[in-house]
Amino acid sequence: MTHLHLAVDLTGSGAHPAAWRTLDPEQLRSAVATLAAHLDTSVRAGFDLALLDDSLTLAPAADHTVRGSLDAVLVASRLAPVSSGIGLVATVDTTHTEPFHVAKALQTLDHVSSGRGGWQVAWSTTPAGAAAFGRKDVQDEADAVDEAREVVGVVRDLWDSWEDDAEIRDAATSRFVDRDKLHYVDHVGERFTVKGPSITPRSPQGQLPVVVRVGSPESVGLAGRVADVVRIEARGVDRAAELVARVRTAAAEAGRDPQDVRVLVDLVVVLGADDGAARARRGLLDGLAGSAFAPATLLHVGDAASLVELVARWAPVVDGFTVRPASLRADLPLLADQVLPALRAVGLAADAYPVRTGSTLRDSLGLPRPASRYAAV
Amino acid sequence: MTTKPRKQIHLGVHFPGVNNTTVWTDPRSGSQIDFDSFEHLARRAEESKLDFFFLAEGLRLREHKGLIHDLDVVGRPDTLPVLAAVAAVTQHLGLAGTINTTFNEPWEIARQFASLDVLSGGRAAWNLVTSSDAFTGENFRRGGFLPYAERYERAAELVAVARELWDSWDDDAVSPDPVAGAYLRPGSVRRIDHVGKHFQVRGEFPTPRGPQGHPVLFQAGDSPDGRDFAAATADVIFSLHSSFDDGRTFYDDVQARLAAAGREPGSLKILPATTVVIGDTEAEAAELARHIRSQQVPGATAIAFLEQVWGRDLTSYDPEGPLPDVEPDFDGADITRGRARHFKDPRPVVAAWREQAAANGWSIRDLVIAVTSRGGFVGTPNHVADEIDRHVQEDASDGFILVPHLTPGGLDDVLDRVVPLLVERGSFRAEYSGPTLRDHLGLAHPDAVRRPAALAG
Ligand SMILES: Cc1cc2nc3c(=O)[nH]c(=O)nc-3n(C[C@H](O)[C@H](O)[C@H](O)COP(=O)(O)O)c2cc1C
Repeated sequence: MTHLHLAVDLTGSGAHPAAWRTLDPEQLRSAVATLAAHLDTSVRAGFDLALLDDSLTLAPAADHTVRGSLDAVLVASRLAPVSSGIGLVATVDTTHTEPFHVAKALQTLDHVSSGRGGWQVAWSTTPAGAAAFGRKDVQDEADAVDEAREVVGVVRDLWDSWEDDAEIRDAATSRFVDRDKLHYVDHVGERFTVKGPSITPRSPQGQLPVVVRVGSPESVGLAGRVADVVRIEARGVDRAAELVARVRTAAAEAGRDPQDVRVLVDLVVVLGADDGAARARRGLLDGLAGSAFAPATLLHVGDAASLVELVARWAPVVDGFTVRPASLRADLPLLADQVLPALRAVGLAADAYPVRTGSTLRDSLGLPRPASRYAAV
Repeated sequence: MTTKPRKQIHLGVHFPGVNNTTVWTDPRSGSQIDFDSFEHLARRAEESKLDFFFLAEGLRLREHKGLIHDLDVVGRPDTLPVLAAVAAVTQHLGLAGTINTTFNEPWEIARQFASLDVLSGGRAAWNLVTSSDAFTGENFRRGGFLPYAERYERAAELVAVARELWDSWDDDAVSPDPVAGAYLRPGSVRRIDHVGKHFQVRGEFPTPRGPQGHPVLFQAGDSPDGRDFAAATADVIFSLHSSFDDGRTFYDDVQARLAAAGREPGSLKILPATTVVIGDTEAEAAELARHIRSQQVPGATAIAFLEQVWGRDLTSYDPEGPLPDVEPDFDGADITRGRARHFKDPRPVVAAWREQAAANGWSIRDLVIAVTSRGGFVGTPNHVADEIDRHVQEDASDGFILVPHLTPGGLDDVLDRVVPLLVERGSFRAEYSGPTLRDHLGLAHPDAVRRPAALAG
């Protein structure tokens, strides 16, 4: 049996909206150092990849959440030289950004991380996003998702626009590149055109893993067409099985092998030394927030052993989990020291990092490195 | 007689570019893509306490005769992610990135520079370039639309909006109040509402202000419009006026524009690009410089250069032979695209070159080596240190951006052997005086310039 794929979401202070309110304000002000420490813990845990979410707009004050964010590709790039083994997956918007810039930014993340970059695709349907850029009207879900499809398509073309062996450094003919191995993508779509090639040579993974979050019905179609990793939300195992089947069907309909798609269910965790301690932590966080935390997905409040049992129960249905610690500071160390080692002991999680250092994110996900779509066969 | 206080020299390192300054045929030439190369140059620059590390940008691969130009280094990673990664392996070095003002939107680019400034602890700089050609525009949503005359207009509005966005957060906006549940201090982030000719930008900016308030702004562009834009807007000018006389003239021109813009002398640093070749003797350095020039202009490069001027295919000519006897095709469109080099009427240029070549007995290659030479400093470490210091003390510049010919080690000897001499002369820092690039460049925080009362109060 193959092991599970395990992602960790390092966004904000954790999945619980009040997580930041238990922390030292000084630690919150030094966000970069704090995040680097969380990434170290995630590497110690042996997660396949870390997700860094992003938004082009500011969360409303009324949400009482962490407010303010840095560009996720730049954060991931800043963390790349000081980490190893773990995939760094950054959210990048497709509605208001330039596909050409998006393509080379992500390729560069892949270069500076020696093949550990990934892209969590986002799209924007909010008036705030449209007003910030001021060059388009607000788009509805169907339109924004369709544009995301077009953007991912051209970005993937740009990623392949240099064949791997395009750089020849042939002193005899004074040619640095073999220009027959550089390709115009010549994208002429409904919304934009992009000529290409990318200014950036093909990156270590060639194609960075693309992550799509499934929420709306439209996004299921997008996931089936373009995603390597799909995040679903489900509270029960039956619902998860249904979503997995829908994603795989969508992939098949798009002409892909459904088994090439890794479907990960979001799993929010509030851990404690025992169930009582975990419930008390949740109570404290809920008390600070003023309301009960009710994520739209699987929520585990309990000790490490019962989490391992839960994961084992769900394992036959999904390809893996996106673990969303309620509080990064409190839950990540328990995941690293107790949960992941236990999963490894029963063969549900991959080997620890020393064995996998030097591998790419595609390697960790069991995805072969594809040849450029433009390479002559 | 009063003596002028000794000026402090500012020095940056330019990562090797995608042009024929960079020699890739040398056995020591490494990757222009692998992060190790960026890390090498950045670490060496920081060990020598240089002001900053600099990256250029080009948003479309150059073409020659309708095909991708293949004779020079081609391909580079994206500017800002590289600088963010370099921030992880350095502590003080400034991080200057060239980013086009025509093919970026204010909300996103302001956010990226604020992010870089936060991620680097206040070391970000933005080199504003205005390239606006339709050729490059084919890679972008808006396509090739911007008339030449409007490119600085758009750049000015872009910078104005970016500053509004950076200023929309107070420096101490992040002051979490767990009890009240307010992550940001109430009132510390203001909505902006900009409606201008080029942009409509509305909303609450999502990204905290960096330690520098605004990243340091560089400008590279030489036209009168470009110089005025720099005088009104920039903290640093990146110029090509590196020779002493040319530098003096440019320096005075810019000082006059700076005064006309109502700014303090010294608030705009002038840093030309230059190359440095050193040897143990003057003769050795001169010989090495000749060798490098010859590596930079192989025969195929010499022919391609002439083709830009002649406007026609010259591949049948021997680069080691005499100049082409055919006349230039002066009606022909620019046959090279993606770089700024224009000869409006090639005939006088060609006539002058024929004369020069005949007088000196030059081949095509000899001529191209001679006419594309940008000078630079050549000599013993002592001589080069004297010259750099003289340029700065006598106001031909405020320092230099050092351009190596080899990736990534092309400046190692200059950093090791010339910079210490400048330190000895008291013209260059022995230690960093503060953490930010503004500290290194002696530039005030933007609030001190624009809102002195607020700071004092
Ligand atoms: C020293 C120097 C460096 C430049 N570097 C770049 C660059 O890296 N990328 C770019 O697109 N343009 C670059 N430019 C071009 C300028 O930004 C500008 O577009 C061009 O010089 C035309 O403007 P002008 O008419 O004001 O000179 C550079 C110009 C100078 C003088």
